[in-house]
Amino acid sequence: MDHTVRIKKRITVAVAGNPNSGKSTIFNMLTGAHQHVGNYPGVTVEKKEGFCRWEDTEIRLIDLPGTYSLTAYSVEELIARNFIIEEHPDLVVNVIDASNIERNLYLTTQLIEMEVPLILVFNMSDIARQRGLVFDIDRLSELLESPIVQTVGTKGQGRDVLLQAIVETARRGRSSRVHRVRYGHEIEAELEGIESILKAEEPVLVDHYTSRWLAVKLLENDKAITSLVRSDHVRRIVVAAIARLRTLFAEEPEMIFAERRYGFISGACQEAIRNTVELRHDLSDTVDRVLTHRYLGLPIFLLFMYIVFFLTFKIGAYPMRWLEMLFGRLGTTVAALWPAGADSLPRSLLVDGIIGGVGGVIVFLPNILLLFLAIAVLEDTGYMARAAFVMDRIMHRIGLHGKSFIPMLIGFGCSVPAIMGTRILENRPNRITTILVIPLMSCGARLTIYALLIPAFFPPAWRGPMLWLMYIIGIVLGVICAKVLRMTLLKGETSHFVMELPPYRMPTFKAVSIHMWHRGWMYLRKAGTVILGISIVLWFAMNFPRVAAEDLQGMDNDHAAQVRLERSLMGRIGRAMAPAVRPLGFDWKVGTALIGAMAAKEVFVAQLGIIYAVGEADDHPESLRERLQQAYTPLQGFCIMLFCLISAPCIATVAMTRQETGRWRWALFQWTALTAMAYVITLIVYNIGALLLH
Amino acid sequence: MDPSGLNPDKEQVKPLSKVKAGQTARVVRIEAGASANARLASMGLVPRTQVSMISNGHPGPMVVSVKGAKMMLGRGMAHKIMVCAASPQ
Repeated sequence: MDHTVRIKKRITVAVAGNPNSGKSTIFNMLTGAHQHVGNYPGVTVEKKEGFCRWEDTEIRLIDLPGTYSLTAYSVEELIARNFIIEEHPDLVVNVIDASNIERNLYLTTQLIEMEVPLILVFNMSDIARQRGLVFDIDRLSELLESPIVQTVGTKGQGRDVLLQAIVETARRGRSSRVHRVRYGHEIEAELEGIESILKAEEPVLVDHYTSRWLAVKLLENDKAITSLVRSDHVRRIVVAAIARLRTLFAEEPEMIFAERRYGFISGACQEAIRNTVELRHDLSDTVDRVLTHRYLGLPIFLLFMYIVFFLTFKIGAYPMRWLEMLFGRLGTTVAALWPAGADSLPRSLLVDGIIGGVGGVIVFLPNILLLFLAIAVLEDTGYMARAAFVMDRIMHRIGLHGKSFIPMLIGFGCSVPAIMGTRILENRPNRITTILVIPLMSCGARLTIYALLIPAFFPPAWRGPMLWLMYIIGIVLGVICAKVLRMTLLKGETSHFVMELPPYRMPTFKAVSIHMWHRGWMYLRKAGTVILGISIVLWFAMNFPRVAAEDLQGMDNDHAAQVRLERSLMGRIGRAMAPAVRPLGFDWKVGTALIGAMAAKEVFVAQLGIIYAVGEADDHPESLRERLQQAYTPLQGFCIMLFCLISAPCIATVAMTRQETGRWRWALFQWTALTAMAYVITLIVYNIGALLLH
Repeated sequence: MDPSGLNPDKEQVKPLSKVKAGQTARVVRIEAGASANARLASMGLVPRTQVSMISNGHPGPMVVSVKGAKMMLGRGMAHKIMVCAASPQ
């Protein structure tokens, strides 16, 4: 027997397919948890990569963005297309929803045209069987000149057959095709003409792309490919050919190409697919009629959203508390490494700066995991598309997609998961607008500020309405800002607004948990890098320059903390800022607390506690409220809340905006614009209020 | 011969947005601009395709079924898709 280790082969396989074709399920089935999520260079489209092994071959799988086509009109389609052209994968696995084959094969015809070795995966073949579809797989495989593997991704059926087919097809390599989409003799004649000129005048391009594919793309008026052509002669010939075809068919040539591709597909389907059951209306139509109902749709949606919210923040509160305790204990344990009572800088940096700062962010991890669990379930069942349909009527008016509502709602809990949640939005201007206005939704941390200030300044009867007012102000401003952004900086269509309503499906535990784990990991990575850095900077600002020990002699702990903060960099900045915030009705104390609030909104309360020397504000809210009552008028109190609501999103939000938009520019714009808006609005409110009250 | 295989003059051509729920229509032409045309085509909406209206709730978007797949269509988009009554097949 031969026991020597055989030389391993490495192959690269791209996984392509329509959204909702079960592409991710197949990808997960093949790779398991051996995945790496990143971004395609320069864009914020997610790139998933994974590895698996079959026999002596190591297979690297790339999950291409889910697309219906391979035109140059959308970023995702361009990415998928360029990957296939530029990276030369050994083969492409095209995942097809077997129960919806005609539409799915449209992408296949374009992959065939690119002449890459191809394997077709007929996924969800169990559902197709239930619907009465009978495939003559051999015949279809012959017509499409690609091996076909039937799978049920959710049950892991077909994995070994598929891996075997991948290895074999990769071994065979590229082969020229006999069958191809025929576009009719008028178009074929034009294609031939263009091909021969291309071969003569653009040999480099032809070598890279194949002449037929180039000719098809040129006649389809594909911007990306047309711009590659240097030869004026070729350009002129193409323009003339397009004009001829346009007159002949009274239609844009690209539409004819699309029609003929569907013609090719329906020809193949008629030959090789039989439908044994005539199903006109299935259950899903009935369910859709209820879920997208004019009057019922909205209440049902709100109910689901309530459940998501409840799950994320109410159920999430328990593990959050455990994490808080864990970090608390970690802080005490680490602090105990130093002798009691000693004033040690490294200890303070470690305990207050790093453990406090990063821990304060990591405690939100349960919320993030639960939220993405809920989102994954909503998406995988197919409900998300219906929710978008229901909300679209309202969101459309402010220039946003129906789905934008979901992250905005999450924003009432915490902006950070909300911004991560905008990944459900495909359209970029839409997504960025949503990200930019999310901080205007009063998050949980701002609720702690309201909870401190409202009872301090307003009689019990006013407290409820006051809280409600704060939330409403945020929502109204969010709506206005979204509308303004969509009309100015982030113009563009509200997406084309054609969206597939995928069939209802049972989500699988595996898919949902993989999704959740990826999001959680991204969040943790952020906490360990950017947020760690900023926490350290803020710690320095709060603790330097140091106050000499003799200056603090005779003071109790609370008083000493007050003096330390006053003389720290942060306190000094607060004082220096005082003239700037005075028109808003704030003094230096509020100013200092506001700087602290940049780290996290709830720090505002803690900082006020230190400044008013009442120790831990959370433990004695009443004594702090009394001091605040003496120091400020209700109008000032209201203005403080207003400013906290609108201004400067916390560092975790800034970091997340940077990550999700891919640009510091947007994060800085968001921070600056919101702060400027907070300033102007508070200024107006304070001055008009002062005028009216006196 | 009419190369598109359609003879729209004989039938009444109207925008898809006017089709009532439960009715089926045939696409005659799509005038939504290059980018939207391509998007619609990739989802199965090309001339000569049958479209059935699942729900058409004024004034919002509508749900249609094309080639066995359901999709939501914005009203503005549906205005640009011209259809005629489906010929019985």
